[in-house]
Amino acid sequence: MALSFIFFAILAVLAIASAVTTIASKNPVASAISLIFHFFMLAGLYLTLQAQFLAVIQILIYAGAIMVLVVFVIMLLNLRKEESLKEKYNYRKTIAILLAAVFVVQVTAIIAIGPIISKANNLPAVNQGTIENIARELFTNYLVPFEAISLLLLTAIVGAVILAKRHIDV
Amino acid sequence: MLNTIPLEYYLVLSGIIFTIGCVGVLTRRNVIIIFMSIEMMLNAVNLTFVAFSAYSGTSAGQLFVMFIMAVAAAEAAVGLAIVLSLFRLKKTVYVDEVNLMKW
Repeated sequence: MALSFIFFAILAVLAIASAVTTIASKNPVASAISLIFHFFMLAGLYLTLQAQFLAVIQILIYAGAIMVLVVFVIMLLNLRKEESLKEKYNYRKTIAILLAAVFVVQVTAIIAIGPIISKANNLPAVNQGTIENIARELFTNYLVPFEAISLLLLTAIVGAVILAKRHIDV
Repeated sequence: MLNTIPLEYYLVLSGIIFTIGCVGVLTRRNVIIIFMSIEMMLNAVNLTFVAFSAYSGTSAGQLFVMFIMAVAAAEAAVGLAIVLSLFRLKKTVYVDEVNLMKW
C-alpha cells in the first residue's frame, strides 16, 4: 500500500462525503461550507495528479471567488430553512437516487471493461503542471481561446450588472 | 515519477461526484443549492480532464480545465444575478413556486 494511494483514498472519501452533505443539508450556508471543503479536497486530488498550478487556481477561484459570491447571495436573500414537502416530493427523490445508482454502476462497468488500460502508469516529469509550462502553452498554442475567454468574461460582467440593476430603462 | 493509482480510480470517483451533483439538481428545490450542484458537476468533469492529462503526458487537459473555470466564473456571476432578480420579482428561491413561463 503506497503512500500516494492512502492520500488518494482519504481525499476521495472526504470529497464524496462533503459532496453528499452539500446536497443533503437543509441549511444553504451549511451546504456552501461543505462545498468549499469539497473544492479543497479536489485541489488535493489535483496535487496527486501533479497539477500544482491548477490546485492553487482551484482554491483561489472556486473556494475563494465563486463561493464568496454564493455566500453573499445567500446573505442578501435572507433565506428561510427549506421545509420538507415529504408527501409531495418523496417519490421524485426516490426515483432520482435510484437512477443515480444505476448511472454509477453503468459508469463503473464501462470503465472496468473498456479499452483504457493503465495499471500504475509512468507519469511524465513533474514540471508538467507548473506555471511556466501552463503559461507557455496558454500564450502560444491556446492564444485564441484565451482571448475568447476574456471576451466572454467581459460579456458576463456586463450581463450581470444589467440583470442585477433594480430598474432597467430600455 | 511512478504513480501507483490507476487512472480508472480517478474516473470512477469523478463519475460518483458527477452523479451526486446530478441528484442534487434533480431533488432540491432551492435554486442556490441547484446552482452549487451544477458547480460540483463541472468540477467532476475537471477532475476527469486533469486525470487524462496526467496519464497521457500532455498538458492540454489542464488548459481545458482553466477555460472551464473561466466559464464557471462567468456562469456564477450571471446565474446569481438571475437569482437576485428572480427573488426581487417573486420573493422566492424555490423552483416549484416559479411558474412564469408555464401556461
